[in-house]
Amino acid sequence: MKIYRIEKENWASAVQSLHAAYQLFGPVEDGGFHNFKNLEAGDVPDLNFGNTRLSAKALVHPQSQLMFEYSLDENEKDHHVLKEIDGSNAKRAVVGIRPCDADAFLLVKRNFDSPEYKDPFWLNAYEATTFIGLACDAPCPTCFCTTAGSGPFSETGLDALLMDAGDHYLAKSITEKGEAFLTAGGFTPDTDADETVDGMRTAAEEKIASKVSTDQLANKVTTELYDAPFWEDVAFSCINCGTCTYLCPTCWCFDIQDENFGKSGVRMRNWDSCMFPLFSLHGSGHNPRGQKVQRVRQRFMHKLKYYVDKYNSGIQCVGCGRCIRHCPVNIDIRNVCGLMNSFGEAAAACEVK
Amino acid sequence: MLEYSTKIREISARLLKECRVDMIIGFKKGSMPLMNEPCMVKTVDDVDKLVWDGSCGINLANYLPGRKEKIGIIAKGCDSRNVVTHIIENKIGREQLTIIGVPCKGMIDKHKVKIQVAGEIIDVQETSDKVTVRTDDGETTLDRAGMLQQNCTVCIHRNPVIYDEVVSEPVPEQENVDRYAEVREIESMTSEEKWNTFEQLLSPCIRCYACRNACPLCYCPTCFVDESKPQWVGKSQDSTDVRTFHFLRAYHCAGRCTDCGACERACPVGINMRLFTKKLEKDCFDLFGWEAGLSIEDRPPLDVYKPGDPDDFIK
Repeated sequence: MKIYRIEKENWASAVQSLHAAYQLFGPVEDGGFHNFKNLEAGDVPDLNFGNTRLSAKALVHPQSQLMFEYSLDENEKDHHVLKEIDGSNAKRAVVGIRPCDADAFLLVKRNFDSPEYKDPFWLNAYEATTFIGLACDAPCPTCFCTTAGSGPFSETGLDALLMDAGDHYLAKSITEKGEAFLTAGGFTPDTDADETVDGMRTAAEEKIASKVSTDQLANKVTTELYDAPFWEDVAFSCINCGTCTYLCPTCWCFDIQDENFGKSGVRMRNWDSCMFPLFSLHGSGHNPRGQKVQRVRQRFMHKLKYYVDKYNSGIQCVGCGRCIRHCPVNIDIRNVCGLMNSFGEAAAACEVK
Repeated sequence: MLEYSTKIREISARLLKECRVDMIIGFKKGSMPLMNEPCMVKTVDDVDKLVWDGSCGINLANYLPGRKEKIGIIAKGCDSRNVVTHIIENKIGREQLTIIGVPCKGMIDKHKVKIQVAGEIIDVQETSDKVTVRTDDGETTLDRAGMLQQNCTVCIHRNPVIYDEVVSEPVPEQENVDRYAEVREIESMTSEEKWNTFEQLLSPCIRCYACRNACPLCYCPTCFVDESKPQWVGKSQDSTDVRTFHFLRAYHCAGRCTDCGACERACPVGINMRLFTKKLEKDCFDLFGWEAGLSIEDRPPLDVYKPGDPDDFIK
């Protein structure tokens, strides 16, 4: 589609006119790091950040989300009947989402929007949202997006992509939603910028030094990988906290809870994590993943093997590196991916001779 | 720091070779600057993996509860006090352990370092009093003392309190440190101010439980927040439930916390939940003259009655 531009001096006023057309979300610095917040009128997204501490997934899949309400008061006609809470969303736009995080929504969509099941809560929020990306020109050393199926200028999952070109932003419209956003923001077409954009993209991609190999994952025998001897070592340092899964843009698991207050109640869903023992505890009291090593293995097997096999569309990871940067004990998915991808190779090499 | 690593490897190799231990629990070099990863080493060939520097802040005592092996554990001052606490609480047997003491000069707070430098940190080198940080923007040398974790700046037990092997001469303990300035500040607040302070403190919490899980004291087979029959605490982001988790967890640590800082260090959103445990630590010190984990002979104040215990609250 087309390339637009806007001078940085006009950016704040552009955002103000966008406030009129959209409920805006953008990165805001608070407590030493950035996170996505609902921007009030007058707020401008702070685009001076590496990446947000938490991914943008909460905008579509909030950590705690009310789904139904009900009354327990038997004097009421419809007591004990679940009533859907209005989950409709105003027209909204996320400004400044990194391409990896936008890509993540499409990975997650395979789960929430499958031929068999449509998750109305997730889809509602997703479809109401226009995703305006911010290209990465200074990727972190822990970024490995280019080998995880994404990239610093990846357009997948985005409606438009902003690029910082010094004294102005360039913006590439990718979908009609993106085009509408840029028009509403007063961006002006810039027909000569194609080469500039290509140059910026190449320069950014070259800066991604960190890589993973995933080419052999699909070929591995699941049960052999499951029984691989390295899991005990990988899991040793893990403290089974939920940092990796909660910061991850592609972890989608949730738990459903009913909470009563006197004679009324709500059914809600909350993020859950495969790192927690309660996650897999059965009603019988049996826990199929009662040991730490089983839970650690589950997380990596899900992302790097089960997902790969089920959807045949690569790994369930976009290479944002949050789990690496914030794991309290420095478990590094790049190393684990390497172990899994090369598993059995040494033995095979010996057999050939 | 290099000398520490060399000595740790020497001792570990000897212990493994003489079959005095089945494994060493220590640190291996992390995959990014200012991070090391806890690891177990089971063979002499692997001891070269072991390292020591200012990024070994994780409390290794956390890896002991319930283990059956004979273990050599690398322990700085606070780790050693948590090892003592585990022994007192029957989570590990003294006879199973060979404690390799590390006199500690404080652990580096990666967040403090990041604020001091521009650009992404590529490499960090330490000497006894300096930290040299290389970023894509250049090199900065910082005073090590200014980059320490806050709990380390007020630590008065840098030397291991119990050990079988030790990697160096004792380091001088810090004197005249004001350990409870932050706590006194909160104590002087009105109830409303305290409430607001705690609300603000906990507002970024995402309930990942990294603080709990990094803590050597939190070894309950099922934590109260994970009980489902009955369920004591709601699972949502409701501030009452978030507070309940943090307050109760802190109370479970009363008389046991060594202020090792593992909880604060592990938090992905920068919450200083040590403020809660620090208050309880102060109370235990004021009321019982107690500091956790200093000796395997003494029972903690909350599991023994002594005639001299303060009882002013009984009217």
